[in-house]
Amino acid sequence: MVDEKTLQNIPHLDMLDALHGPFVPEHAIKDSKTLAQREKLSNKVVGSFEEAVRLSGLRDGMTISFHHHFRSGDQIVNRVVDKLAEMGFRDLTLAASSLTDIHAPLIRHIQSGVIRRIETSGLRGALANAVSNGLMDIPVVFRSHGGRAYAIEQGELSIDVAFLGAPSCDPYGNANGYSRDRDTGVICGSMGYAKVDAQYAKKTVILTNNLVPYPNAPFGIPESDVDYIVLMDEIGDPDGIMKGATRFTQNPKELLIAQRAADVIYASGRFQNGFSMQMGSGGASLAVARYLREMMLKSGVKASFALGGITGSIVDMHEEGLIKKILDVQSFDLKAAQSLKNNRFHQQISASYYASPSNPGTAVNQLDVVVLSALEVDCNYDVNVLTGSDGIIRGAIGGHPDTAAGASVAIVVAPLIRGRIPTVVEKVGTVVTPGKTVDVIVTDQGIAVNPHRINLTRNLREAGIPLCSIEELKEKAERIVGKPKPIPYTDRVVGVVAYRDNTVIDVIRQVKP
Amino acid sequence: MKKRLRRTMLYVPGNSPGMIRDAHIYGSDSVMFDLEDSVSPQEKDSARLLVYNALRSLDYGDTELVVRVNDLRSPQGIQDLEAMVRTGKVIIRLPKTECAADVEECEREILRIERESGLPEGSTHMMAAIESAKGVLNAKEIAFASERLIGIAIGAEDYVTDLKTNRSAGGIELLFGRSMVLLAARAAGIDAIDTVYSDINNEEGFREEVRLIKQLGFDGKSIINPRQIGPVHEIYTPSEKEIEKSLRIMEAIEEAHRKGSGVISLNGKMIDKPVVERARCLLERAQAAGALKEDESYGG
Repeated sequence: MVDEKTLQNIPHLDMLDALHGPFVPEHAIKDSKTLAQREKLSNKVVGSFEEAVRLSGLRDGMTISFHHHFRSGDQIVNRVVDKLAEMGFRDLTLAASSLTDIHAPLIRHIQSGVIRRIETSGLRGALANAVSNGLMDIPVVFRSHGGRAYAIEQGELSIDVAFLGAPSCDPYGNANGYSRDRDTGVICGSMGYAKVDAQYAKKTVILTNNLVPYPNAPFGIPESDVDYIVLMDEIGDPDGIMKGATRFTQNPKELLIAQRAADVIYASGRFQNGFSMQMGSGGASLAVARYLREMMLKSGVKASFALGGITGSIVDMHEEGLIKKILDVQSFDLKAAQSLKNNRFHQQISASYYASPSNPGTAVNQLDVVVLSALEVDCNYDVNVLTGSDGIIRGAIGGHPDTAAGASVAIVVAPLIRGRIPTVVEKVGTVVTPGKTVDVIVTDQGIAVNPHRINLTRNLREAGIPLCSIEELKEKAERIVGKPKPIPYTDRVVGVVAYRDNTVIDVIRQVKP
Repeated sequence: MKKRLRRTMLYVPGNSPGMIRDAHIYGSDSVMFDLEDSVSPQEKDSARLLVYNALRSLDYGDTELVVRVNDLRSPQGIQDLEAMVRTGKVIIRLPKTECAADVEECEREILRIERESGLPEGSTHMMAAIESAKGVLNAKEIAFASERLIGIAIGAEDYVTDLKTNRSAGGIELLFGRSMVLLAARAAGIDAIDTVYSDINNEEGFREEVRLIKQLGFDGKSIINPRQIGPVHEIYTPSEKEIEKSLRIMEAIEEAHRKGSGVISLNGKMIDKPVVERARCLLERAQAAGALKEDESYGG
């Protein structure tokens, strides 16, 4: 043991930080309780949601955050905001990783002043419609998944309290999107977007219906990032959270586009052993995996990893040995979630790891190929995934600009015409992904390569893939459905679209009623 | 001349603007706009107008275009002919053909419309669909009934109903009808097109049927979904091995001609005329399907 004198004789003691006098034997605590007793007596579970809110120190005007891993089965956002409204909170900023059509009840809380500002990747349904029609005084900020992580890391989006639903959590806050202990039927797989919130929020509240014994290993969110846990009867509707398996599209046009996109990948020069890939959401881009699989089986080429929103078809390819590893920021279907639970080389990653520009090694920067969807593409190759042909918000940025920037070949797949609406246009309604980062547009009626990609153009030509110019595609669409009339907007800005570095790439204006 | 392939003839309902607009993008050899069974009586006029305007305004590239008109005995049949012949772009597919007179009557009407509209006489080609016991028994006279005919097809649904049976997986009930139509077509030197396979989700069953009709000798098949195109083209495209073998046969022939040798043999086997003819047909089909480049010429 050390006395005061010995302590004082330690050379350069003033340079050895965080040493606080000699050890006091009485201060050492020996806890002889059993694990079960400890879990019961000392844990982070609080008695009620209200208590968690009080303990978190939430005040009017602060920022609360949510994740969207529960997709259209989410009950957390609506229930939390209902409660906060009941508790009398006002002027809150709601920063969700994304919002969908089930979040229409927020309209009421915006009108009553509970919610003053929204940050999200996307909006859909009645809420989106209301925002486009001028519901909010302060414009909604739309960020990509990478851009949001970056803004949080930089402190530009500062979260006061994160309310994160979790399908499993132990008494100390080790939380995950599934459980290897006890399955309640609510499973979302990866909690990649929530991980950033938990890490950076001043206070993190986990809302769970499934308190499992310590240690909830593996965990997506570590206990060190969690302050309070609230046990709830329900956190989400399993049917809305997870579909059994993302169904392969049977739509012949989507299949045709997918086949062409796979041909482009094959000929791109990137289809070689150890390549990496991401398939975006949407029927056609998901179906590309099917054709890619056939090509890989035939040619013996194997991928080093698949990234992104993960589906069952990627899992199948992993289990067949075609894809060595999976990096999963969001599990799109039950098969993907179960694979995360069971497969050793299926790794859960955070939104920051996935796409934040703060990290030069971020996963999107390691991509050879990404296949993405689009609502509109224009002659500059700019892509819109956020607003519809009527100017109303109806989508989400997701990882679109992140992966387009990171991947060496970014392929956008879309039908040339949807109904009577052209997809390839003179100028997109809202620029989400800059054309400079988009390489190939694959439609059912032709393929166009960004003229700046000289090598890629040559590779595709040499492989005999027929190419046309983006202007030809635009004209082809216009010949069939005509030139769209300009959308009548007011001057008022209702949405701000941030690029992944948090510069403003475009604005969304209020539509004329 | 490059042989026109008719491996796949894609049915497109004449009342579906979206499908009419995109009919050619899937790469079937022919597209067949249907004004007959897939259009309900109250939509006959609008479908005719729709297909007519689509044919006039859309660019279908080099896809062969066919229109199935209504029975000429029905009030719509002649109106269909009036509109479709005038586009100058389509082959007229006559439904429910029972005898040579049906073809001849259609031909007379077509000729009249060609004259009235200033189109070159004989420029409109025809196909006839045989869909009944009577039609099958008259297959030969139907096939020879007009110079305009480029092919005849069997329509199985009505035919098996007429036979008082139904369609089975193996298709034994169709064997006679298919054989009759095929023989008639071959005798007349025109194409033979097989009937549709309706269970689009049963790809294996479909493939089996395609293998069967290819073996019987059919040129191709009517199809009801773009997803059926791939399997047909795959089965109908000669394999590399077949192409290789046929090329060697053609080389052996040339070699023999050069040497002035009468007896031709390859690897110890004698090559006679039918073998050469089959090799020539196979290479033609391979070339048309893009499996054999133009420059890999095979002499003949």
